Amino acid sequence: MDHAATTPVDPEVVAAMLPFFSNEYGNPSSIHRWGQRADHAITSSREDIANILNCEVDEIIFTSCGSESDNLALRGIALAAREQGNSNHIIISAIEHPAILGTAQHLRNHHGFDITILPVDQHGFTSAEDLRNAIQPDTFLVSIMYANNEIGVVQPISELAEIAHEYNILFHTDAVQAAGQLPLDVENLDIDLMSMSAHKFYGPKGVGVLYARRDTLTHSHQTGGSQENGLRAGTHNVPLIVGMATALNIVAARRSQDNSKMKVLRNKLIKSTLDTIPGALLTGHRTRRLPNNASFVFEGIDGNELIMHLDLSNIAASSGSACKTGNPEPSNVLSALALPSKLSLGSLRLSIGRHTDDSDIEYVQQVLPTVINNMRDNLQ
Amino acid sequence: MTKDRIAVAMSGGVDSSVAAALLSNQGHDVFGLMLRLWSEPGQSSSGQNRCCSPASVSRARQVAAILDIPFYVIDARKEFHKDVVEFFIDKYSSGVTPNPCLECNRNVRWGHLMSKALSMGATHIATGHYARINKNEGKWQLLRGCDNNKDQSYALSMLGQSELEHTLFPVGSYTKTEIRSLANDFGLPVAQRQDSQDLCFLADKDYRRFMQEYAPQSLKPGPIMNSNGETLGQHKGLPLYTIGQRKGIGVSAPEPLYVLSKNRSDNTLIVEKRSKLGKKYLKAKKVNWISGNSTQNKIRAGVQIRYTAKAVSAWIIPINNNEVEVEFDHQINDIAPGQAAVFYQDSVCLGGGIID
Repeated sequence: MDHAATTPVDPEVVAAMLPFFSNEYGNPSSIHRWGQRADHAITSSREDIANILNCEVDEIIFTSCGSESDNLALRGIALAAREQGNSNHIIISAIEHPAILGTAQHLRNHHGFDITILPVDQHGFTSAEDLRNAIQPDTFLVSIMYANNEIGVVQPISELAEIAHEYNILFHTDAVQAAGQLPLDVENLDIDLMSMSAHKFYGPKGVGVLYARRDTLTHSHQTGGSQENGLRAGTHNVPLIVGMATALNIVAARRSQDNSKMKVLRNKLIKSTLDTIPGALLTGHRTRRLPNNASFVFEGIDGNELIMHLDLSNIAASSGSACKTGNPEPSNVLSALALPSKLSLGSLRLSIGRHTDDSDIEYVQQVLPTVINNMRDNLQ
Repeated sequence: MTKDRIAVAMSGGVDSSVAAALLSNQGHDVFGLMLRLWSEPGQSSSGQNRCCSPASVSRARQVAAILDIPFYVIDARKEFHKDVVEFFIDKYSSGVTPNPCLECNRNVRWGHLMSKALSMGATHIATGHYARINKNEGKWQLLRGCDNNKDQSYALSMLGQSELEHTLFPVGSYTKTEIRSLANDFGLPVAQRQDSQDLCFLADKDYRRFMQEYAPQSLKPGPIMNSNGETLGQHKGLPLYTIGQRKGIGVSAPEPLYVLSKNRSDNTLIVEKRSKLGKKYLKAKKVNWISGNSTQNKIRAGVQIRYTAKAVSAWIIPINNNEVEVEFDHQINDIAPGQAAVFYQDSVCLGGGIID
């Protein structure tokens, strides 16, 4: 019930990666044939991904994770903007992943960039109106998350991108959470940069990708060798890149089928939770949400403890109010929704996967109300 | 057997790690809990309470992973601050020498942690304390740990029947050496670190500096006198001194001087030569009888007045249900109000109270 955190690597993906560890271990940058074969694997992977994203191969940059992709997008574009006059302002939303929030704050605190954080409505939507009003003459980048990791809300990305483009502003989207389930055609989406991470779509951990429309990204934040057109120095992680491309191919092929199945299960979960548990509220939007995401807040519940109770009942879940270190504070996402505090500390994210079935949902339907009841009883 | 679910309070140290391993090995359904406690911000290298520093959490997590048991951290910073830190400041300000570990055990471990553990379906909490629990004629008894040098029953003397019923001390019947060797057998990392995390919330180990920063209003300089009323110097505030203290009084004399008493009414510190120290009586308040029944008659007991002191023979004379007078057979030099006086008969801990 925690597939938004990560997913198991598809066996087909594992099989595709294996040859590149010990047999075809060449460095794609080498001139010899061993290098050439590795380079071929990288190029094929790049082609596969470009195909799915409907972009050119030289617009695909391999990275080590979604966070790195976000960093490269923001920092790379910001570095270039620094060299032009009158480009100093970045717009992001209040429910961005820390990889965006933290990077934007760093650019503000250490490099003097001006950052606007757009508010969201009670469902988590960024409004076109707010975006338009936030644009300044020196705005050079807008970064809005495609689908939110905690509450699953899907932003009207192309609508927002269109506004940015009216003012000749680049548009980046963090699609890490969206990539496994939503369309990724960058032309349709009308975006300039997009971050993804393989482990969210049944690929391996430790590899990500940044799509950057040609001529938008000219500066790197990692210096060294000339890999990825000089935009991302470092020896290619051949097996992981191959694994990511294989995983994305599989996702693209079965997306609509997986999504319809997951939507049915997700809706069941949402309905029964709201029906059977008093003081439960769905976070995000009822329909415009990721097919696999069911997120709630429960009145008077500590999200941290809820996760522990569920774990002891063999249910893995997440909470935007929880963290391993036992710090019960609502996440930036929950805070941005402006929920009353008796609700915002009790968040729960259930996220299903392609292997989740009816019996899993029934088990949660049976355990969750009991656990919440027990926890509330204990408080009295 | 039915599988009991047991929550082990884990610290990352060897004792609680072995406690978890022993229970897990016996087939219980064990999970680990660690409390995140308040600590003074800033000064220490990590800015973390020493009982739950990132290194300790990470070590506890490692141990849980080796034992393949779930492990969770529970935030208790608010409770700890209110019940332990504020208590500590309060008591020192009022001139006595508090025992924060006892208060933490009373309110945080056997309060907050226990209630969380029970709500998570645990029948018991277990800790790595060197103490034992025994059932005798239908009553739960607290016994000293088998390792005389490690016995921690003193700091557990505030437990009662309802706590003991749901508590396990798996390491109490072993010696520290045996525990280290068991850790080795279980394949657990044996961290080389000090056992006591006394005053775990201080950035350094200097409670005087802490008081100067957090309760400066409690530190009023005043005269240092001997029992004849002769002024010998000036003290920096009564909370900074403990009965029996010799070092750091700041008065030079031909013979070493010790803190004899603190007189709050005229803010005077009374010091004397060692030969003039010593009291035969103390009064204990807030007395807890572990059996749940206070004694009506005076009884013989060994009385321990500090965590590290030896128990000495005395009569316990009940005043009422919550207060007793203790009459020692011999004079005792360092009876510090605020510390606990804990009563023993052989290895059985009868309970204890706070020295008035």
